[in-house]
Amino acid sequence: MAECGRVDSNTSHTMDKSITLPPDEIFRNLENAKRFAIDIGGSLTKLAYYSTVQHKVAKVRSFDHTAKEAAGDKLYEISMQEEVTARLHFIKFENAYIETCLDFIKDHLVNTETKVIKATGGGAHKFKELIERKLGLKVDKEDEMTCLIKGCNFVLRNIPHEAFVYAKHADSEFRFQTTNPDIFPYLLVNIGSGVSIVKVESEDKFERIGGSSIGGGTFWGLGALLTKTKRFDELLQLASKGQHASVDMLVKDIYGGSYGYLGLTGDLIASSFGKSATADKEFSKEDMAKSLLHMISNDIGQLACLYAKLHNLSRVYFGGFFIRGHPVTMHTITYSINFFTKGEVQALFLRHEGYLGAIGAFLKGAEEDNPNQYSWGENYAGSSGLMSVSPDMNPMQRARSGTFDMLEMDRLERQLVNLPLLQDPSSYIPDTVDLTEDAPAREYWLYCFEEALDGVVKRAVASQPDMPEAALRAEKFRQKYRHKLQTLRQQPFAYGSLTVRSLLDTREHCLNEFNFPDPYSKIKQRENDIALKYYQKAVKSLDELSWEEKQFALVRGVLAGNVFDWGAKAVSDVLESDPEFGFEEAKRQLEERPWLVDSYDQWLERLKGPPHKCALFFVDNSGVDIILGVMPFVRELLSRGTEVVLASNSGPALNDVTNGELQILTERIAAMDPVIEAGLREDRLLLVQSGSSSPCLDLSRLDKVLAMVVRERQTDLVIIEGMGRAIHTNYYAMLSCESLKMAVIKNSWLADRLGGKLFSVVFKYEVPVGKPNKDCGAFSPC
Amino acid sequence: MKQLCHHLAFPWFGMDIGGTLVKLVYFEPKDITAEEEQEEVENLKSIRRYLTSNTAYGKTGIRDVHLELQDLTLCGRKGNLHFIRFPTHDLPAFLQMGRDKHFSSLHTTLCATGGGAYKFESDFRMMADLELHKLDELDCLIRGVLYLDSVMSSGPSECYYFENPADPDHCVQKPCTLENPYPLLLVNIGSGVSILAVYSEDNYKRVTGTSLGGGTFLGLCCLLTGCSTFEEALEMASQGESTRVDKLVRDIYGGDYERFGLPGWAVASSFGNMMSKEKRESVSKEDLARATLVTITNNIGSITRMCALNENIETVLFVGNFLRVNTLSMKLLAYAMDYWSKGQLKALFLRHEGYFGAVGALLELLHPS
Repeated sequence: MAECGRVDSNTSHTMDKSITLPPDEIFRNLENAKRFAIDIGGSLTKLAYYSTVQHKVAKVRSFDHTAKEAAGDKLYEISMQEEVTARLHFIKFENAYIETCLDFIKDHLVNTETKVIKATGGGAHKFKELIERKLGLKVDKEDEMTCLIKGCNFVLRNIPHEAFVYAKHADSEFRFQTTNPDIFPYLLVNIGSGVSIVKVESEDKFERIGGSSIGGGTFWGLGALLTKTKRFDELLQLASKGQHASVDMLVKDIYGGSYGYLGLTGDLIASSFGKSATADKEFSKEDMAKSLLHMISNDIGQLACLYAKLHNLSRVYFGGFFIRGHPVTMHTITYSINFFTKGEVQALFLRHEGYLGAIGAFLKGAEEDNPNQYSWGENYAGSSGLMSVSPDMNPMQRARSGTFDMLEMDRLERQLVNLPLLQDPSSYIPDTVDLTEDAPAREYWLYCFEEALDGVVKRAVASQPDMPEAALRAEKFRQKYRHKLQTLRQQPFAYGSLTVRSLLDTREHCLNEFNFPDPYSKIKQRENDIALKYYQKAVKSLDELSWEEKQFALVRGVLAGNVFDWGAKAVSDVLESDPEFGFEEAKRQLEERPWLVDSYDQWLERLKGPPHKCALFFVDNSGVDIILGVMPFVRELLSRGTEVVLASNSGPALNDVTNGELQILTERIAAMDPVIEAGLREDRLLLVQSGSSSPCLDLSRLDKVLAMVVRERQTDLVIIEGMGRAIHTNYYAMLSCESLKMAVIKNSWLADRLGGKLFSVVFKYEVPVGKPNKDCGAFSPC
Repeated sequence: MKQLCHHLAFPWFGMDIGGTLVKLVYFEPKDITAEEEQEEVENLKSIRRYLTSNTAYGKTGIRDVHLELQDLTLCGRKGNLHFIRFPTHDLPAFLQMGRDKHFSSLHTTLCATGGGAYKFESDFRMMADLELHKLDELDCLIRGVLYLDSVMSSGPSECYYFENPADPDHCVQKPCTLENPYPLLLVNIGSGVSILAVYSEDNYKRVTGTSLGGGTFLGLCCLLTGCSTFEEALEMASQGESTRVDKLVRDIYGGDYERFGLPGWAVASSFGNMMSKEKRESVSKEDLARATLVTITNNIGSITRMCALNENIETVLFVGNFLRVNTLSMKLLAYAMDYWSKGQLKALFLRHEGYFGAVGALLELLHPS
């Protein structure tokens, strides 16, 4: 049922007005805040607001080359522009700070168009008067359960790795679930002071199908009576140290061993507190608390299973203050569910469970802005991450940032959907290695990113030579990202599964946070300029080759081009020390065939067959890669009669070519190359944005327009290029059409892992099983 | 079949050694012929006399005289069936008595069920030189239930239910029989709880169980109130008020939570008011005992109801010693079944609450299956 409505006066701290809140760290972007919502529970308050964030973005604009502007050799100009994006802020703090926080908001709130604040939670009533007085906003109460469900739907839809299973004794305690695009139906078991069991069938359809009065309030109330311990957290602490077998009557206490006939093991609890009735002895507080915890967790788990069975539901999420990030209760609930369903149902928990009510209340108030029509993304820079304030998880962190936990979500410009060509969207996992589970890999990559930090800072400062405070901002960036890396070392599960992608994305978020939207803009510009000069020569030499030689040269071209990558440390060292490191040199560096992964022969055979209808090409780097590697390859596809969709990043990431840049480059190439020109003119060559600003690629979160184009054009070939997109992610991605993954491994550790060496080549051409190319047999023995 | 056991030597016992209580049924033959009397060994006579002439044994043994079944015919013999119980922790004293009375010299088979039949098997052998014939407790339970319900006896009806469970003033006990009882949900509330779906005399399955049972009620009551017996705990509970301890729906929402059809009187959080220090200080031991009873009973009720729904069964039979002299819980269960199922589920009870396992064990002695 409801989170407990009243706060035990002994459990709350005295109002602590002396704390000072650092304005740029906690209630951020308050100046433009609007649409407030608040969820006040028994001990924690969650505040939500919508704000707009101004930040700098790098824009490219083509020079008018016909007019021969005085721009030297440059193709395009780069300008920094201010852009306003929408962001959702959620802050969680102890009720004791509520007054301080309201004062703080009052003082920093500039925009006053907001008139009401949506409120939910048992404590909303108690603090109504205070909120109205402090903020001058009218408190508008919303139904708790409705808010909870709305919030739950929102996080499940928008936050990858939101749900996890908890396994206390596993290598990684948190196993995150891949987001199933279809989140319904599910069961939400909310364990507040009582328990509510809610079946959710769609965005607006949910039903409270049952509940129980034995919940968190029972643990707390009965626990306080039995142990004279007043605080909920302390009771859990006690429980985690106790031995329940001294209080509970176990099967073996009755049978002497197991009850073999029914398969009940001896350690099973036959009667909770069964021993405290017969023995004339004192029981320790720890043991009683533990017994109570087991009794309540088992009971809730059993009821949840009975309801799940009756309604035929297999996804069961647990939330409420009883669960809220407490490893002890997550463990006992998980154990109970496993026991009662014999492993058929897994207990699922949510990373942002504590925010559901606040998110839902906020969404109720923001309905006119239609927040559900957008896609949102968790901002790693502004979010604290799972367990950030858990005292036993991270005592240091707690001391540093008080008890404030934050979640920030950016409204994405584009709506994101699945690539329609994924073989099984519900089992698709973008990332190749889960660093949460792979400790040696985690060690290596965390070290690697920390090592690279100096270079990134240097690059960031250099990208803004006209801005004297850039150095200061870059320093702040360094601190923030280093802190994130330290957090991830302690809590690799903080933002869902830790992956190379999430490490890269976190870095991009932190760079953006400090207004370094595109540190590589100048480098990309210079490299694009240089590479373009060689384009015609490169195409000409390719055209002189025989058909078969040409196909091989095209592939080698893509691979050699892909060696040019500032994102890879091994390469950036070379690029920095040896600017003459040329395309030809790169080709010489390439591994000789057979490559580490080599299905080139199959690819060549395929090329002898009929052309593909349409190829979707996820491109990687600027400069040599896109211009001398990818474009000639695209040119060949077009010549074969294959339509080509070039998918590039919507926003900058490292030296990856952005859609804006690619537009200009393609126009310039078209001016030199009739094949490209005709492709554009006849609409057989399309440039679309991926919706991503990451050096990696999540095929389950792509621009809706891209998905539409892919469908309309009947795409039958997907080409993914580069280490970030084809190895760190999507190496194992199964597509429902032919796919080609090409990359050069520019990291010796990774090469070692994959059984290769530095600059080993991955050339992975795959035809989906069960969908053999019908025409194949007619012309080649493939 | 009945003839097969005609020559079976006395004494006839059935025993159920549970987590908290040992239940013993004893058949006292009343048709002993003079010839038999002559032959009867002194030990046997002494045991019979001891059991039938007392209603209490030692400090803790009790014969439930009101449950005695008179003029019963078992295996062609006429007699009375006696129902005796004592705490499991006093089993050593019982064994000592068996040894003192040279029980082992009677060469009888002692049929025993319950976990203790396994746990104390060697104690029986070592201390009293007795071999136990161990029987499964659920088999015995079902056999006992079906037998006692069917047996013709002059006493009150074995099976009963509560009429008007929703109205405390008109809620009365009404006799009934278990005709066409299948499928039947059998809920045995002892120290813990077992829930069985019974489809016929020998076709049943254990659906689930819960560790929140009679042992939990008594255990928590002892810790919370300092009481030491079940009777004491029940007496306290009868005088207390659970709404001072529990947080009700109306305590949170001011009234009914209409959005979800929850009445204001429903318990939202058992012991929920005890989160507050002031309220902890203002409740009585009686209130705590009552709340414990209500919490455990309602929880058994909701698990039972969910099982009935999942198994598609409408008749629920509650047995077990938790219900002994516990009309409060029985009425609560009757009401909970009726209210939450909107009249679909019917709760039935049996007079011999906790003795069915022991009866089943006795039947096994007489008619081995």
